[in-house]
Amino acid sequence: MSNNIRLKGGLDIPISGEAARKTVASIKPDVVAIQPDDFKGLVPRLLVREGDKVLAGSPVLADKQRPDILVTSPVSGTVQQVVRGDKRKLLAVLVKADDQQESVDFGTAKVSSLSEEDVRKKLLSSGLWIALVQRPFGVIADPAAKPKAIFVSAFDTAPLAANPEYTLGDRMEDIQAGVDALGKLTPGGVHVCLNEANYSGTPFHRIEHAVLHTFSGKHPAGNVGVQISHISPIGKGDIVWTVSLTLLAAIGRLFVSGKLSLVRKVAVTGPVAKDPAYVETVPGMAIRQLGAFYDNSAKDIRFVSGNPLSGRNVGEDGFLGFFDNQVTLLHEGTERELFGWIKPFRFNQFSSSMTYFSWLLPKKKYSMDTNTHGGPRAFVVSDVYGKVLPMDIFPIYLVKACLAGDIEKMEKYGIYEVLPEDLALCEFVDPSKNDIQAIIQNGIDRMIKEMA
Amino acid sequence: MEENTNKPGLFEKGGKLEFLHSTVDAFDTFLRVPSTVTARGSHVRDAVDLKRVMILVVIALIPAALFGMWNVGYQHYLAIGETAGFWATFWYGFLKVLPLYIISYGVGLFIEFAGAQIKGEEVNEGYLVSGFLIPLIMPVDVPLWMLAIAVAFAVIFGKEVFGGTGMNFLNPALLARAFLFFAYPSKMSGSDVWVSLGKGSAVDGFSGATPLGHLSEGIDGVTAAGFDWWNLFAGTVPGSVGETSVIAILIGALILVWTGVASWKIMVSSVLGALCVGWIGTAAGVTTVPCWMQLIMGGFAFGTVFMATDPVTSAQTETGKWIYGFLVGALCITVRLFNPGYAEGMMLAILLMNTFAPLIDYCVVNGAISRRAKKMKTA
Repeated sequence: MSNNIRLKGGLDIPISGEAARKTVASIKPDVVAIQPDDFKGLVPRLLVREGDKVLAGSPVLADKQRPDILVTSPVSGTVQQVVRGDKRKLLAVLVKADDQQESVDFGTAKVSSLSEEDVRKKLLSSGLWIALVQRPFGVIADPAAKPKAIFVSAFDTAPLAANPEYTLGDRMEDIQAGVDALGKLTPGGVHVCLNEANYSGTPFHRIEHAVLHTFSGKHPAGNVGVQISHISPIGKGDIVWTVSLTLLAAIGRLFVSGKLSLVRKVAVTGPVAKDPAYVETVPGMAIRQLGAFYDNSAKDIRFVSGNPLSGRNVGEDGFLGFFDNQVTLLHEGTERELFGWIKPFRFNQFSSSMTYFSWLLPKKKYSMDTNTHGGPRAFVVSDVYGKVLPMDIFPIYLVKACLAGDIEKMEKYGIYEVLPEDLALCEFVDPSKNDIQAIIQNGIDRMIKEMA
Repeated sequence: MEENTNKPGLFEKGGKLEFLHSTVDAFDTFLRVPSTVTARGSHVRDAVDLKRVMILVVIALIPAALFGMWNVGYQHYLAIGETAGFWATFWYGFLKVLPLYIISYGVGLFIEFAGAQIKGEEVNEGYLVSGFLIPLIMPVDVPLWMLAIAVAFAVIFGKEVFGGTGMNFLNPALLARAFLFFAYPSKMSGSDVWVSLGKGSAVDGFSGATPLGHLSEGIDGVTAAGFDWWNLFAGTVPGSVGETSVIAILIGALILVWTGVASWKIMVSSVLGALCVGWIGTAAGVTTVPCWMQLIMGGFAFGTVFMATDPVTSAQTETGKWIYGFLVGALCITVRLFNPGYAEGMMLAILLMNTFAPLIDYCVVNGAISRRAKKMKTA
């Protein structure tokens, strides 16, 4: 490709536990959780009661303000429990899956014959509308909005990420149908971003009716936010939508088969995962169903739904998130190393900075744990953050604006363009150990509140 | 992170000696990596922390400190006209410089710990570096009580009132020196303070003046006083403890640049700025000292490598670093050329640019943002 976008900087984190490209199990869902917290901007209204029968595709939750936005059950079964937390906050709806899976029939149709309104209605009624993430701010797409364009990243550079060619390479038909359907919703078309290094090796370069872009570079080159900022930066008043490749395939499946199928290959990864590999399952799967991959007898494993940089710590009793196709198992690093910071060599610790000697072992994979390796401090070092963020913004200025809660400065420094995941690497390399992603999320929440 | 004990420990929240928590925590984390695990955001983190960054600066300073100690002894024996072996020379200097370190760290760390205690925060390791720097930029004979006052002033008014390391806008070590310079000028300038005479008396013809003291006399004056490029470069001349040897400073610079702890952009641009003004100075006939010689005289090299590059008080943006460094070098030589009364311009140049660094960043950031906004509009 001639117009390849080469990204400077970034960092591929050499963490061990990459999943082997084989699917070792097809996990039959037992109890599946539908978690409103997966969806930013959703104010959930419960549509079912304990004991109700649901099919795959039956509505379980609706948004209070925009009742046509539905969250549907990924499986057929019986609503077993409605889990609530403090102040009766709805945490999850647990559905006990049936042996025989049945789905709501949304009807098949040739996408090319559908109108924009048909596509929108079908996505809303099937519960797949929530797969569309709206930027700025990473909230559920507004059905009344007309996005500038829709972006899909067809490669993932996050540490230990599932390989999209392996997980979705055989679902080209679904993906194409998804692209065709989403193309109806925007005048700017669907933009698919590919990895330049693997351009000819990936089946996704055969996607039609989309604008293809190629990128090369280290993580976060595969983050759709970084890609958008290089293709068509989001300014004030702009709206774009993004969708993950996994859910794009699910959208296509809906139009091809008329049924909601969220079944996906999930990479079980991480330094403490035994024989890391893929499983086939649905979102909301209980983490305990991955029992074959770990031994938590010492209670020292962290279970992350998603990648180790921006995934969610769900615990052993947690569930796979709606958007995730990766589970990372990490050791809780509570051990205390003697004289850690002053030792000249620490060959088992990775550091991207030259203050350690990791650069001597460029091929080594590290068994990383969750230790912070230091206490929180004020920002001191100034040049490490920009090196891992190939975007035209000043990350620390943005972070400080978020800390100060200064709306105008946040706007100026580019809050519209980022989601916390885009600055995850800044957080990883930060010698001052600040929770940068949480700071950015707070900033975004403040922006949403102010603009509402 | 709370410890997993049922009863609060002696120094934990709720414990009897809770008020000492920060102190205990500082010593504890000094010895062992804290057991803290990530609570939010990225689940894995880089192994580097501020302790590691700071200790590297200290390591980079060690060559200059060791050479400084030897040079203190060397200048002493030169002045009293005796000869001594290498170890005797070093030992004399070591005994002279050690009290400076004891005072610098004793007073500074006490205030840091007290500050952290009051605020209930962890002790920041920034003072590890400041405390190591301060003795190196002092005349060796500075009275210890003055040093103590200067350190207290620098830590309290240079750092703690702004919220501690990372929040200050002036380099605390330089502030200590500036404080002494303005409060007790007779002890910080002239030609009597740079060489420790001890109990001995100076031989005839001993001057004790630093090379910069002869700067206003032009290159002939500097040469006549016995300074050539080699002893200026090697550092066997009178001056502040750590600033004389360009060789030792360059070793430190290598460590800092290689590890990425200090910005090479600031170092390079500072040298460029100094050369530029130094060249203009000679071309315009202001001085006969060649511009390259300015680089190895006085505190220029030390200031450029260790003080101007302080990540907190220098410019934060990459473009800003070029501008900031250039102006530091240029201002330093400007002061040297036009202020014969006090020829050491580096301290004032860096402190002045410290105050302007936020303005430089402001212009750089706003410039970048408006350029980008224009690009987005036309795109």
